[in-house]
Amino acid sequence: MAWLFVTPVVLGMLIFSVYPTVYSFYISLTRWDLVTEPRFVGADNFVSLFTSDRTFPKALSNTAYFALGASLPGLALALLFAILLNQKIRGRYIYRAIYFIPVIASTVAVALLWTWIYQPQFGIINFVLKSVGMRNPPRWLASIDWAMPAIIIMTIWQGLGYDIVIFLAGLQNISTAYYEAASIDGANGLQQFRHITLPLLSPVIFFAVVMSGIWGFQAFAASYLMTGGGPANATMTMILFLFNQAFRFHHMGLASAVAYCIFVIVIVLTILNFRLQKYWVFYEEGS
Amino acid sequence: MSNIESAKTARRLAPRRVFGYSPRRIVGQAMIHIPLLVCAVLMIFPLLWMLSTSLKHPGKQLIFPPQLIPEPVYWDNYVELFNRAPMGLYLLNSTKIAVLSTLGICLSSSLAAFAFARMRFRGSQVLFGILLATMMLPGAVKIIPMFIIMRSLGWIDSHAALIVPSFFGSAFTVFLLRQFFATIPQDVVDSATIDGAGFFRIYWAIFLPLGMPALATVAILNFLGSWNDLFGPLIYLNSLDKMTVPIGLSFLRGRAGSGAGATGIVMAGSLLGVIPMLILYAMGQKYFIQGLARTGLKG
Repeated sequence: MAWLFVTPVVLGMLIFSVYPTVYSFYISLTRWDLVTEPRFVGADNFVSLFTSDRTFPKALSNTAYFALGASLPGLALALLFAILLNQKIRGRYIYRAIYFIPVIASTVAVALLWTWIYQPQFGIINFVLKSVGMRNPPRWLASIDWAMPAIIIMTIWQGLGYDIVIFLAGLQNISTAYYEAASIDGANGLQQFRHITLPLLSPVIFFAVVMSGIWGFQAFAASYLMTGGGPANATMTMILFLFNQAFRFHHMGLASAVAYCIFVIVIVLTILNFRLQKYWVFYEEGS
Repeated sequence: MSNIESAKTARRLAPRRVFGYSPRRIVGQAMIHIPLLVCAVLMIFPLLWMLSTSLKHPGKQLIFPPQLIPEPVYWDNYVELFNRAPMGLYLLNSTKIAVLSTLGICLSSSLAAFAFARMRFRGSQVLFGILLATMMLPGAVKIIPMFIIMRSLGWIDSHAALIVPSFFGSAFTVFLLRQFFATIPQDVVDSATIDGAGFFRIYWAIFLPLGMPALATVAILNFLGSWNDLFGPLIYLNSLDKMTVPIGLSFLRGRAGSGAGATGIVMAGSLLGVIPMLILYAMGQKYFIQGLARTGLKG
């Protein structure tokens, strides 16, 4: 009887999760263009990714740059605003609701919007920069040095509200008794932050860093839509590289090898997170 | 008596209050509100800029300094949007796919969640553990095999590729619903059993209605995910008339080019793609925020 209830989900798990993961590994050991039969080549794809391929190492370092660049500053900002929102102030729910709006907007709409915002000649950002006296503002998405930071800024903008909500939930778990005791002992705001908030929030912070890293390594849409990975591969990410190899050049084997590299990175981060997850309580709110 | 007296003295000696607040408190509040306000403006401004650009004549988009409020308001971008792209069809396709896949996920996942929460069967713990473990598998490794599965099913360029897998549930939704179902008191199940209700009836008539808050959360999450999904439609769909809003927009941008006339149209389309979610968000803000925060899903 119970099996009737779980059959769809178990089938789904086998067909759409377990099988693809195993199958993907097999494909990564072949050369396959989807037309002719796959030819087994062993670890060749992995070897060529790290030795002969020019773009992949770039994609790997770009993705790491993106993952770090978008997560650490974004989380620092989110922590700051979560602490401000955790004070007894009016309108905190309105602020929170506003900060969350970009989170629900589609990445496509956001990417198209920011492409326009970053437009070097007529974009609003460069208008502001020029009117405060900057002669040669960056060319943003068209510049090798600034394209990735531009995508990072946009990503932080879109995800900030999300991280704020995560941190707020964590902050609300910290008993106010600690702060009361500390202020009786004469600790100022900064000392309270350093000796109460940071240590008690550290599991949540670590969780957020690891999760942001996992998302960062799967970045695709912004590069695909805004720069196509350019200029000069400056914004090429691993998933975009995978996408191009698979669906433009039909190098299914090589693309699957890339997928497995991402797999290994994400699994390592996930295990790291899983070990720390005992600190992370998901069920506090609402009840 | 003396308390009142001393309070009066204290008030007289204290610095002058404004609207009943001490200056110290006002400065303290300002130091909190100013950054929060600046941040709120930065969050909202780009979206207002999207609205403003979508209502601007192409000639007015490239002038310096930029107009914040379009003068005159130019609706033709929206007209032109529907001329250049089957935007109505995109919205319809997106709605169809999002509604059906949300229904599918909620139905199949809640069945399994009920079984894992309330039915004893051999291997249920192990099975649930394996299901949770599959949540950790990153989407990246599934892209190519999924494409090949859909290709061999003949579902490339068909909405089935985006809908049918939902009817096989999602590990994550099962997990969330199971946790919620586990909180429903056993007494409810017991008394229903005594009244002769079978498991399916208990699921359908008791757990689904009682589980509405959790179901609403997962439904909204899945709807949002499906509505905003770019990757799935990008690899499965080819024909213009099959496309969803996100991929339709990226195609529109590609075909309209980045010239002066196109920006307003692309912004109009982007706004139309975001508005349905904004309306949903306005109606069920709580579910969005709780749901996303709980799930660890971003973007």
